[in-house]
Amino acid sequence: MKKHLFAIAVAVLSLHPIASAKTTELLNVSYDPTREFYKDFNREFSKYWEKKTGDKIVITQSHGGAGKQARAVIDGLKADVVTLALAYDIDAISEKTGLLPGNWQSRLPNNSAPYTSTIVFLVRKGNPKNIRDWDDIVKPGVEVITPNPKTSGGARWNHLAAWGYVLKKELGDLSNLKNVDPAKREAAEKKAYEFLVKLYKNVPVLDAGARGATNTFVQRGIGDVLLAWENEAFLSINELGPDKFEIVVPTVSILAEPPVTVVDKNAETKGAKNVAEEYLKYLYTPVGQRLAAKHYYRPVHPEYADPADVKRFPQVYLFTVDEVFGGWKNAQKTHFDDNGIFDQIYIK
Amino acid sequence: MKIRFKQHSVLPGFGPSLGYTLFYLGLIVLLPLSTIVICSSQHGLENFLNVISSRRVLLSYRLTLFTSLAAAAVNCFFGFVIAWFLVRVNFSGKRIVDALIDLPFALPTAVSGIALTTIYCRNGWIGAPLEKLGIKVAFTPIGITIAMILVGLPFVVRTVQPALEELEQELEEASLSLGASRWTTFRRIILPMVMPALLTGFALAFARSLGEYGSVVFIAGNMPMKTEISALLIITKLEQYDLGGATAVATGMLIISFILLLLINLLQSWSSRRLKGI
Repeated sequence: MKKHLFAIAVAVLSLHPIASAKTTELLNVSYDPTREFYKDFNREFSKYWEKKTGDKIVITQSHGGAGKQARAVIDGLKADVVTLALAYDIDAISEKTGLLPGNWQSRLPNNSAPYTSTIVFLVRKGNPKNIRDWDDIVKPGVEVITPNPKTSGGARWNHLAAWGYVLKKELGDLSNLKNVDPAKREAAEKKAYEFLVKLYKNVPVLDAGARGATNTFVQRGIGDVLLAWENEAFLSINELGPDKFEIVVPTVSILAEPPVTVVDKNAETKGAKNVAEEYLKYLYTPVGQRLAAKHYYRPVHPEYADPADVKRFPQVYLFTVDEVFGGWKNAQKTHFDDNGIFDQIYIK
Repeated sequence: MKIRFKQHSVLPGFGPSLGYTLFYLGLIVLLPLSTIVICSSQHGLENFLNVISSRRVLLSYRLTLFTSLAAAAVNCFFGFVIAWFLVRVNFSGKRIVDALIDLPFALPTAVSGIALTTIYCRNGWIGAPLEKLGIKVAFTPIGITIAMILVGLPFVVRTVQPALEELEQELEEASLSLGASRWTTFRRIILPMVMPALLTGFALAFARSLGEYGSVVFIAGNMPMKTEISALLIITKLEQYDLGGATAVATGMLIISFILLLLINLLQSWSSRRLKGI
């Protein structure tokens, strides 16, 4: 927060000499792994905006854990746009503050997610435990590193991905679960529960955040497989050298849709709503899509991205949170709230 | 004619200092803490009791209290030894050792947490040999205690050190010349004199450990029902946007801490009164 105010102060001070052209400031409150992507994207957008309108734009970024960032906005951080990891966190902002309407997610294409990702496995070089798919990580003797879903948004995706894998195995197609016989579905969910019990038995430590879990796996050498977002797995490999780790993409995984939206009332107060909307729309253009793919997010329009970048993303059967769990609010309630499935697994 | 002087209190500056004390404590301590209590009371007594009596919360209280007590006790012993060493022994580099004591104060707690975990995890410098002996440190209550020992140590050393410096060595010499053994001298002369300071140090270290989050959360492993400290439960409830639950856990913790600190303070004033008696 303090750092943040400081960043704004610096931005304001550096703006001072420009008098004639109108200068707008935009505050984008985002989560951790998007830092590099938005750094590039902001540069491109300011160029585009200045060329189009003659106005200058200064975009400030704030990064942190998604849940904490959402709470900061609820507590009064004046974000003009939020680009977070979970629709659930933006729902919370909408519900608690009324700064943006409840139907925010339908305002932009693709559930307001201009780029997506999925959950993959990061394993040690050579894949010594021969981990190919979800079934391999629940085998006895395999250590799995995943953070605590009670505190980490990333961990919730991991948990749900595993759950969905079992449903897919038991029921086949997941896009039409409504028509599945309830008894059959219940049996499948029981299997999924048992699968997660086995999975968590293989977890030696539940770090509080995704970064902590990566640290445990990478720096301390604990565990055989790290469950991670695909873009973060690529980032880890990039930072730590491809000679140490490799990515294994399972046959089935979850479609992670990190959504973006304008925080209407904040942007309106500042007179920046128009820019804020343009800023987010620009994410869907060839420029935005190319940059997203470059930074290891799966673009929603792969045709705009560099084919070499797109080749890095193998084909996976991806299901959505809406299809399998009936939306994030439901998923949160059944799986992660107090006495939810995660608690039951440990309290039993 | 009678000249009337303005009646001054026997204590100089009593009025203003009392006023400032109350104002400052109110603003800095009571006001923020009262919002926690108010916020939790908004959700009703029943909700409060339900939250704090759940098994998971009770287990976290137990874990937090026991590890904090253990850490404070260990710190009392070694803190005393270090303070003794620093006061009684002169050696070159004493200033450096003296400055080292304060480092845990200055270090961001997350840094010490990550460093401790790296050392004590099963591939770490100390963790690996201990693992061979069958002792697990990181991701167990022992690891939590070690993190708390680190953050609490300066409190004990810094409170005991001045008390030891004040200690009149004549008293020890008198005791020895009257034929008391070194151990008796320590037990009957030194320890009672230092006791009030030691108890203050204990209370400070204990209180600090109760609220510690940053350094503990890395080494704790955060396994539900096993190594979840109360501060982690507060954070998990906040992550669910469950402000009522989070403040209930916090209020419970506040009440327990307040009672324990009150007890320690009573003990401390009893021991310093006893000291003045002799």
